[in-house]
Amino acid sequence: MPVPRVNPEIASALALLAVLCIAPFIVSEYRVGVLIIFFINVILVSSYRVVTTTGDWTLSHVIFLGVGAYATAIMAKNFGWPFWLTLPISGVATAAVAMMVAFPLLRTKGFGFFIGSFAIGEFIRHVWIKFHDPFGGPRGMISIPTVEIGEIDFYDSINFYFLTMIIMVVALGVIYRLDKSRIGNAWKTIYLDEDLAESIGIHVFHYRATAFAVAAFFAGIAGAMFAHLNGAIDPHNFEVDTMVYLVIWIVVGGNATFWGPIAGVSVMSFIFELSRPLAEWRPLLFGVILIIFLTVLPGGLEMIYEKVRSRFFGSRAGAG
Amino acid sequence: MAFFEVEDVTKRFGGLTALDSISMSVAEGEIRGVIGPNGAGKTTFFNVVSGLYKPTSGSIRFKDREIAGMRPSKIAALGLVRTFQRVALFEKFTVLENVNIARHLQAKETLTGAIFGTAAKRERDALQRAKEIIKFLRLDEVAEELTRNLAHGHQRVLNVAMALATEPKLLMLDEPVAGMNSTETLIMTDLIRKIRDEWGITILLVEHDMRTVMGLCETITVLDFGMKLAEGGPDEIRNNQDVIDAYLGADEFDAAS
Repeated sequence: MPVPRVNPEIASALALLAVLCIAPFIVSEYRVGVLIIFFINVILVSSYRVVTTTGDWTLSHVIFLGVGAYATAIMAKNFGWPFWLTLPISGVATAAVAMMVAFPLLRTKGFGFFIGSFAIGEFIRHVWIKFHDPFGGPRGMISIPTVEIGEIDFYDSINFYFLTMIIMVVALGVIYRLDKSRIGNAWKTIYLDEDLAESIGIHVFHYRATAFAVAAFFAGIAGAMFAHLNGAIDPHNFEVDTMVYLVIWIVVGGNATFWGPIAGVSVMSFIFELSRPLAEWRPLLFGVILIIFLTVLPGGLEMIYEKVRSRFFGSRAGAG
Repeated sequence: MAFFEVEDVTKRFGGLTALDSISMSVAEGEIRGVIGPNGAGKTTFFNVVSGLYKPTSGSIRFKDREIAGMRPSKIAALGLVRTFQRVALFEKFTVLENVNIARHLQAKETLTGAIFGTAAKRERDALQRAKEIIKFLRLDEVAEELTRNLAHGHQRVLNVAMALATEPKLLMLDEPVAGMNSTETLIMTDLIRKIRDEWGITILLVEHDMRTVMGLCETITVLDFGMKLAEGGPDEIRNNQDVIDAYLGADEFDAAS
């Protein structure tokens, strides 16, 4: 079989990226805003996949979006620190919070982990609600400064669009590399057969914690962008309702490959925008879609793609 | 200074004593068999030694380090690696990928190494060694197959290949020929001997199949009801009255003697 010189996955991603570079000059300002939210969601769902590859379906992932958002808000507003400093610190701070909660949480697995992650998430959320200083209590934080790097003002939505896009590309690049690496495979082996993974020397606790922290790091980065985009955050943004959307994206897209969750969030973002006229009926539509995927199309869009592909090109040898 | 030494190991599950002060010692380079009727505690013994269970009391020393209560990955890192009674493989991965994944301890990948690809040479070495192991165990024909498409015999050999990929000093095999036909059994026993003779790896195996144990092991430890019943060479064990009584009526023993 001839080996293609360019990885077809990367080639299609670059083509898509080229389209996204032109998009903000063509579409309306409203749509530019929608695309920025979409970029943040792509970072969020891709980071969520990292932790699900170990089999840990956490319900606290949007809480880490919040940790990053609050960290950025406090640093940018209270300390007046520049963006190039607050962005990485937000990621690291979120990973540090994740590490702290990982020690009790990762003693559980399966259903216990699922419920435990929800409980710990709610605990963190209530810290934001109860402590007015510095988190602003139930009303959250407002007037989070916009991003400025040198002479460039990112209040301009096209500038902010490109900033978010670059951060998304870097984040996805790192997550992609990790997914294809030995560490990425170690995460998957924990889901496939934990006892076997331990027996060949994979420290399961250590690798679950690493996946949890790496996922939290990128959720924190997404949170930093979220805080700057909205200029205001409050504890409601990070409720379990938001988490449900994250779960829907990953159920629709699938989590077996790097591309599944991205496909999921892309399709669902389209449906989300198209279904605006449905107003309060929209959650019903999303519920129906979730049920359809869980019952009829388990494995999500990537599974459909894989089935179509293997029908025409034969079955794939190995996992990526 | 024993290579591998178990001293007074007891394991209780509630009121049940699965292992009752077991002591044994294995010399480097030996092929040791652990046998016993169903429920004798063989697999519990394996699980305790490999770190899956903590012993209730007693001491397990490997190369003069106390390993009782350590987690399996730590024990594996010291060079004591086990296989499972069941077929334990990472589905969705090919044979080569499975063996390469089991090079985990040697590849020592870090997050930054993974992101920037700085450990490329170590990865190439890992893959190279994985291929050698596959060749050594005569799995090269199926190297690119997904594990679920393999014949049972190949799957079990792959289990051994993955354990070997961790570079063990002591390899513990839990019923390596379980469910195999006679040809596959012969191939497997031949491979086990080859692993010891050519690579110098000490072998400790639990096995039901008497013919295999008698033909392969230099020393045999017999467990019954969680206690050590006898220990000695194949002939000694075959003629030991306690052992014969414990196995009374068991066809497999008759067939072997």
